[in-house]
Amino acid sequence: MTFSQETEARFERLLSSYPEGRHRAALIPMLMYAQDEVGLVTQELKEEVARRCGVTPLQVDEVVGYYTMLRSKPMGKTHLQICTNISCLLRGGDKLWDQACHKLGIGHNEVTADGAVSLEEVECIGACSWAPAIQVNYDFRHNVTPDQLDKLMDQLRGAQ
Amino acid sequence: MSNPVNLTINGQPVQAPPGTLVIDAAKTVGIQIPAFCYYQGLSLQAACRMCLVDVEKAPKLLAACTLLVGEGMVVNTESPAVVKARKDMLEFLLSNHPLDCPVCDKGGECELQDMVFRYGAGESRFTEVKLHVDEKQWSPVVFFDAPRCILCYRCVRICDEGLGVKALGITNRGAYSEITPNMGTHLECDECGSCIDICPVGALTSGIYRYQTRPWEMEHVGTICTHCGDGCKTTLGVRNSEIIRGNNRDRSGINGEFLCIKGRYGFDFVNHQERLQSPLVRVDGKLEEASWSSALALVAAKFSSIESAGGKIGVVGSSRTTNEENFYLQKFVRQGLHSPHIDHRRSGDVAGLLDALSGKTGALAATADLYTANSLLVIGADLAQQHPFLAFQIRANWRHHQSRTYVVASGPVREDSFATRTVQAAPGTEMDALAGLADSLRAAGNLVIVFGDAVQGDAVRRLVDFGSGLGIPVKYLCLVDYSNSRGALDMGLAPDLLPGYRPAPETGMTVAQMLADKDLAALWVVGANPLEKTALASSSAFVVVQDLFLTETAQRADVIFPAASAYEKNGTVTNTCGEVQRLQKGLGVMGAKPDLDIFALLARHMRLNLGATQPDKIFEEIRASVSGYNVAPMVLATGGAALTNPVNGRVPQSAAAAIASSRDTLFTSGTLGRYSKILGNVMEAPGGLYQR
Ligand code: SF4
Ligand code: SF4
Ligand code: SF4
Ligand code: FES
Ligand code: FES
Repeated sequence: MTFSQETEARFERLLSSYPEGRHRAALIPMLMYAQDEVGLVTQELKEEVARRCGVTPLQVDEVVGYYTMLRSKPMGKTHLQICTNISCLLRGGDKLWDQACHKLGIGHNEVTADGAVSLEEVECIGACSWAPAIQVNYDFRHNVTPDQLDKLMDQLRGAQ
Repeated sequence: MSNPVNLTINGQPVQAPPGTLVIDAAKTVGIQIPAFCYYQGLSLQAACRMCLVDVEKAPKLLAACTLLVGEGMVVNTESPAVVKARKDMLEFLLSNHPLDCPVCDKGGECELQDMVFRYGAGESRFTEVKLHVDEKQWSPVVFFDAPRCILCYRCVRICDEGLGVKALGITNRGAYSEITPNMGTHLECDECGSCIDICPVGALTSGIYRYQTRPWEMEHVGTICTHCGDGCKTTLGVRNSEIIRGNNRDRSGINGEFLCIKGRYGFDFVNHQERLQSPLVRVDGKLEEASWSSALALVAAKFSSIESAGGKIGVVGSSRTTNEENFYLQKFVRQGLHSPHIDHRRSGDVAGLLDALSGKTGALAATADLYTANSLLVIGADLAQQHPFLAFQIRANWRHHQSRTYVVASGPVREDSFATRTVQAAPGTEMDALAGLADSLRAAGNLVIVFGDAVQGDAVRRLVDFGSGLGIPVKYLCLVDYSNSRGALDMGLAPDLLPGYRPAPETGMTVAQMLADKDLAALWVVGANPLEKTALASSSAFVVVQDLFLTETAQRADVIFPAASAYEKNGTVTNTCGEVQRLQKGLGVMGAKPDLDIFALLARHMRLNLGATQPDKIFEEIRASVSGYNVAPMVLATGGAALTNPVNGRVPQSAAAAIASSRDTLFTSGTLGRYSKILGNVMEAPGGLYQR
C-alpha cells in the first residue's frame, strides 16, 4: 500500500524519531495520518501499518479498537465532535448536542446521507476553561453558542 | 551482590535483594499476596488490582506486583483498607461474571473461585443485566467464553513472550474488551494450549477437556511425554482408564509449565479405534487374532529353530520404549538369541559427540543450561518445530537474561526474531559458517552448541574442535527425535555398541543392512516402522512385530504382539540432553502389554533366564553396569531428572550407521502422530520445517 508523497514523508520522519527496535511507538500517529488520507482504517491499512511498525496486525487491531479517534467505518468530510462532559454540560453542551442531532438528522457516530458531516458525542476534550467546546476535524471552537453552531452546520452542509 | 534491602511485611522483618518485587519478597516469608495478572516469568501488567497492599507513608494502596522493595519500607497486607479493597475488586470482577461454576471446566481449580471464597463478598450490588457474549471456537484446541474472562492478559503474554507466537490480543475496551485471536475469527498458532492452562478462570477452555470431568474426579499421574526427545513432564488426568487431559500446572519437572500440543493433548492415540488389542498370527497369508500363549509359543519355537540352524535374526528396537525394555531387549538378543544384529533408527550422532568429547568433563548440556548460558549456537535445526521445549528455554533465556543466540540454518526459523546473528547456510555447508562467528562467541564467556543431524560423523569432531578452540566453557547438545532415542543408544541398541558405549565383541548389521539382506531368517521389530518406505529384501524372513498399530511393518509381520504405549507403563526414559526421568503408568489398555512383559513372556517360552524382569530391578542393573547411569535413585523416585554422565573415553564405532532425523514437525510424531486425531485436526497440521 502506498500513500501520497507528503504522507510518506511524514511516516519517514516519524519512524526516524524513535530508536531502532522501538518503531511500534510510531503506531498511533501513523494510523492517524493514514486515516486522514484514506478516510478510515481498513484491513489493508492495518496490515500496512503493522508491517511498517514491526507489530502484528492483531496488535494494530488492539489499538484501533481502543481509541475512538481511529475509525473502521467512513466518517463525513467534516467530523463534528461535541463535548457533553461535566464542564460543557453545565454550560449547555448537551443542548448543543441535541441541536446538532436535530438539525443534521443523525446521531452519535453517524454520517449525513450526502457524506458531508458526521457527528460524535465526546467526553472531555480538554477545553473546559472555554466550555462548551466542540471540535471540527482537528480544530477547536470555544464558548460555542447555539447560534454559532447553527451557522457552522449550514456552512458545512453548503460547502460540499 | 549488592546489599540486601530491609523491610517489614506484616510486622515480620524481611530481607530481599534490590529490585525484588514486594509480592515476591512477601512469598519468601510465607505471606501470600493474592494476584491474578502477576505471573512469574512474564512481563508486569498491573491490570487486576488484586495485589493492593498498605505501605506506610504512601497516600494510597499500592500494587505489590509492580512495587520494588525499599529500605525501611513497612508493608501491611492485611490492613482493613486492604481487606476492603480486595472485596471491592472481586465484586468488580464478578459484576459481569456469569458465575456458571457448576458447568465451568475450571470449577474446583479456579483462581477466581478460590479468591472469592477466601477474600470476597458473598453478595453483589450489581443489579443491572449482565453483558452476554456467546462462546467461540477458535480451533479444535481453543475455545473462548468471553464473559468469564477477567482480563488479566496472562494468555496474551504467554503466547507473545513465552512462545513468540503472538496469536492473542485484546480488542475494544472497558466492559467490551475481549480476547481476540490473530485471524479475527480463528487461531493460526502452535495450538499448544499454554493460554488455556495459564488462564486463571474458565474463559479459555480446550476442545479436548471441556465438559469431560471435574478436576477432583481424576487421578493425576506425572509422567514423561512420549513424543519428541525433549522429555517434558506431563501430568495426565486419568479417569476410568481414560486420559482426559495432560498439563503441568504444578510446574514440576525440567519443563516447568511448558508443554507443546503433543505433550498436552497428543495422548489420544491411546484409545484410537485401530489400536491393536490382541496378538495376530498370519494364517494362510492372512493376519488372524490368536491367543497370547499360542502366538508366544509360535515365536519362541521359530526363534529357537532359526537360532540353532544358525540363521540370522535381525532386531530393530524403538526410540520410545523404556531404558529397561531396551536394556533387556539387547540382553535377549545378544545373550538369548546369540545375534549381534540389533539396531534402532538413529536420528542424531550422539556416539560421535561422546567420542569427540572424550577426555572432557561437564561438556554435555542439560535442558536447564539452555536457560542459563550466556550464548547459544543452534546449527541446522528448526527448534520451534522439532524441539519446542528447547526453543522455549532459549527464548526464556533471551527474555530473562539477555542471552545471545546465534543461528546457522538453511531457512528462516523462529529464533531469527531475537537472534544476535543468523547465518543462512545451505544444507551441508553449516560447518563452513562457523568461522565467521568465532569472535562474537568467544566474547560471550560461555556457550551451548545445539546441533541436529546436519552435523554428524567427522563434522561432529570438527565442531568440538571449533568449540575447544574458543577457549571458553562450551557445552554440547546433540538433538535426537523421540522420547527415548537417546536411551536406545545408551542401552546398546546398536550393532557395534553395548550398553554404555562399550564395543560389541562382534559387529552386527545396521537396520539398513538387515532390510537389504536376502538371507535374513527373522526380523523382530519393537515399536518401530522400518518398512514404512523400504521393502524387506528377504522374502522368507519370519517377521515379528510389537506395536500399538498395524503399521506398514506390522502388515508384513507373521506375528504381531499388541504393545502398550509409554503412558501405560513404568520405567525410565532419557531425553535428548541425556537426562533420565521416570515414567509412571497412567492407565492400562485392554489386550496390550508393555514391551518388557512381552519380552519376559517370550524369554520364558524359550526357557531363557535373562535376569530380572521388573523395571525397578532392571534399572538397578543399569545403574550398576551402564556407564553414566549411576544416578541418585531418590531424584528419579521423586519425579526429578538426573543428567547422565556417559562414557569418558573414545567410543569405538565400527558400524556404518545411517543417521537421519525423521523431521517431525510440531504436529507430527512418527506413527503415534498418525493416530492422534487432535494432531491431525488442527489446521496448521502437518506444519513445515524450513529444510525440506
Ligand atoms: S494455543 Fe498456544 S500458540 Fe495458540 S494462542 Fe494459545 S498460547 Fe498461543
Ligand atoms: S482469557 Fe483468561 S488468561 Fe486471558 S485475559 Fe481472560 S482471564 Fe486472563
Ligand atoms: S516439547 Fe517434546 S517432550 Fe515436550 S511436550 Fe512437546 S513433544 Fe512432548
Ligand atoms: S468537559 Fe468539555 S472540554 Fe472538558
Ligand atoms: S497482580 Fe498486581 S495488579 Fe494484578
